[in-house]
Amino acid sequence: MSTTLLLEQSLNGLQFGLMLFLLAAGLTLVFGIMDMINLAHGSLYMFGAYLMATFAQATGSFALALPLAIVATGLIGVLLEVTILRRLYQRDHLSQVLATFALILIANECVRLIWGSQPMMLATPAMLSGPVELLPGLIYPSYRLLVIGVGLAVAALLYWLVACTRTGMLVRAGASNREMATAMGVDIRRLFTIVFCVGAMLCAVAGALLGPLLAVQVGMGEEILILAFVVIVIGGIGSIRGALVGALLVGMVDTIGRAFLPMFFGAFLPPQYAASLGPGLASILIYLLMAAVLFWKPQGLFPARG
Amino acid sequence: MGSRFLAPAGVIALVLLPLLLQAIDQAYYIGFAARILIYAMAASSLNLILGNGGMLSFGHAAFIGAGAYTVGILAAEGVASAWIAWPLAIGVAALVALIIGALSLRTRGVYFIMITLAFAQMMYYIFVSMKGYGGDDGLNLGSRSVVGYGIDLKNELIWYYVCLVLLLAVLVLLNRLVEARFGRALEAMRENETRMSAIGFATYRHKLVAFVIAGAIAGLAGVLLANHSSFISPKLMHWTQSGMLMVMVIVGGVGHRYGGLIGAVVLLGLEELIAEFTLYSQLGVGIVLLAIVLFAPQGIAGLFARSQTRHGS
Repeated sequence: MSTTLLLEQSLNGLQFGLMLFLLAAGLTLVFGIMDMINLAHGSLYMFGAYLMATFAQATGSFALALPLAIVATGLIGVLLEVTILRRLYQRDHLSQVLATFALILIANECVRLIWGSQPMMLATPAMLSGPVELLPGLIYPSYRLLVIGVGLAVAALLYWLVACTRTGMLVRAGASNREMATAMGVDIRRLFTIVFCVGAMLCAVAGALLGPLLAVQVGMGEEILILAFVVIVIGGIGSIRGALVGALLVGMVDTIGRAFLPMFFGAFLPPQYAASLGPGLASILIYLLMAAVLFWKPQGLFPARG
Repeated sequence: MGSRFLAPAGVIALVLLPLLLQAIDQAYYIGFAARILIYAMAASSLNLILGNGGMLSFGHAAFIGAGAYTVGILAAEGVASAWIAWPLAIGVAALVALIIGALSLRTRGVYFIMITLAFAQMMYYIFVSMKGYGGDDGLNLGSRSVVGYGIDLKNELIWYYVCLVLLLAVLVLLNRLVEARFGRALEAMRENETRMSAIGFATYRHKLVAFVIAGAIAGLAGVLLANHSSFISPKLMHWTQSGMLMVMVIVGGVGHRYGGLIGAVVLLGLEELIAEFTLYSQLGVGIVLLAIVLFAPQGIAGLFARSQTRHGS
């Protein structure tokens, strides 16, 4: 019984971690290359989820809506980069925080204006709505398996893109030393628009896939944005590998903590204390993890800059 | 023209404001004005570390929450006296700032922003899970703190003047700090920490002291905020609150003497004003903010006076 539960929660943790990775990957590159803090990254995730829900309702097909939502969010990302964010690269972190904080407010209100304040429903595709039996006794929703599969595929694709292609090489060069890359003739401006577009599309994938599992609502971007920040700070800013490790770590620790800490405390504490201490500690666990990592390795686990 | 005439004129205006509001039968706005004063205090304390110290703390709401919850929990346990609860709350906020600051100041740049944010989130979730004191729903204080000596804080006019006196005291304190050797050294550390450390300043300790002072003042603002609405909830510590305080400082003028005050007046005033016309007030606030960053990088104070600050990170 206990092993089954542990396996199930590990799969949940893996699934959550992979989705966090999709968000963190774009964020860490933007951070690493341009030294730019983009709080509005979570808004792209929100737009992705809303567009997905809209397209799914309009076309009636999950498989058709997904690419549409991804492309549309990518376009929004490019538009945002070219019109506003580009002006902020040369500015200090403070201005970037303020400007992108303003963008969050604007994005949330725009979503409220277009789609209303009520959360939107995004159904799981019909053929994936049932559970499957992975192992004897381990029954798992097939939709979550799809999310894990897509997450792994996108992570692999991204790894190939960054590690094996010429664009990826330029991205890595830009992240480790922007001035030097520019001096060697890399068009950082264009590169950055590409990175931003890819980052927005990754947000859309995460938003679209998590839509049926979480609620599609205003403000959904901010909660997960902070987690994505925790991930990249743990992993080391600018490092894709760090983002992957950090995301899986955060996803696992958070999920496992929420599932088992209440039980753990329940074993030796009176129920009224365990009931509040368990969930309380579980929700701050990842922040403790981050503080610990920063305390011992202030540059994160995999610093991109040598 | 100097701030020599501006400051007394401002004080007189703030003293007369509630009387004027009463005269034109708009007493509702006295409470609103008190709220602005409280946020001005919180933003001014953030301005000390953010503007003068160059420490981009994204978790300042944690100290507001520490102060507010100390008062709230004491009230729930039957201690309503301001003379006990308020100093204790300021002490608790200072202690929280000491712990958070001691750990966070080991990092710099973006990492500092993120770790302060993470600590504030921790505080937020801790109080969300404290079911005994309202948890997610918050806690009703029932009434404002008791001062005695015939001073009834429940009277809106008296409450306004209490907030005003405390804000002025804080502003005087902060100004003297900034003018003194302490503040000058702090600003020098913002510009070049290595050099300051080379000529013999204990930079880490110096910055930590500034961080704790700012935390304690934010704690006092939290005390006032809890009393103001007689209600506390973890929302006081939500990261958007920290963001809003940062926005106030930046809008008002980073490192400017009255940056926090100006920022609080402008931002809360703007919110109220736009809310008169539309339900979507945050949209207007967002657009104005964006315009300020893109076109008035020195903040509003910087539009009028040449600001002396160049903040680094």
